[in-house]
Amino acid sequence: MTIGLTHYLVLSAVLFCIGLYGALTKRNAVIILMCIEIMLNSVNISLVAFSSYIVPLLLTGQVFAIFVMVVAAAEVAVGLAIILAIFRNLTDIDVNNINLMKW
Amino acid sequence: MGLAAAFWIMALVAVGSALAVVFHRNVFRAALALVLCFITVAGLYITLSADFLAAVQILVYVGAISVLIILAIMMTREVQKGSPVNKMQIPAAVVALVLLGIMVYTVTATPWKVAAEAPLSPTTVPLATRLFSENGFILPVEIGAVLLLAAILGAIVITREK
Repeated sequence: MTIGLTHYLVLSAVLFCIGLYGALTKRNAVIILMCIEIMLNSVNISLVAFSSYIVPLLLTGQVFAIFVMVVAAAEVAVGLAIILAIFRNLTDIDVNNINLMKW
Repeated sequence: MGLAAAFWIMALVAVGSALAVVFHRNVFRAALALVLCFITVAGLYITLSADFLAAVQILVYVGAISVLIILAIMMTREVQKGSPVNKMQIPAAVVALVLLGIMVYTVTATPWKVAAEAPLSPTTVPLATRLFSENGFILPVEIGAVLLLAAILGAIVITREK
């Protein structure tokens, strides 16, 4: 059984759903950021798989994956900075206790 | 045959380490499982003949982002508290499984038009021409540079002591 585009897309879907479950259920803010990174990586897998199976000579999916990596790096830097600032003010990063903006 | 074996090993290790990130109670070990997940994703890029992206994945994710995450874990003293879950476990599991079912059904039912050509083998030079050429992606590259600068400045401003 040869490996085709469907295998990569199903693997990407499985990783995305694992990350989604973690991001929805975890209370530690750092773990939530890690789950978001898993989701971004799964999307990157599907982009690269589309690029090398559907348009193998254009590389558009790989260019898009590079931009996703740029945005993910910026997101994790700002996200961890926000988590550290919250920890300094509240000495806690449990998202159930961070409800300053909750009405 | 070797490619298929590599894909199955990478896929199993990636899914297992992603599950470890979500379900492991020790936050630090979850971060190490995340590193393993990033490395297997780089291996998957190699099986897709995306060599430049595999190197970038190792450099950016395994090298930089995981170090940032481990630094944040150490600075927030969360290792003792573990990784607790909230009360939405069952609805979240239902949502994730329904989404997984929809995506798997859509992916397997769609007749993809797979191209006949083999993918480009060393991708660094074609990617560079694609990114920086005349009618390429030069404007998004510039916007990405501005975004990274803004993110660095924002992180410094947010974490600075008063």
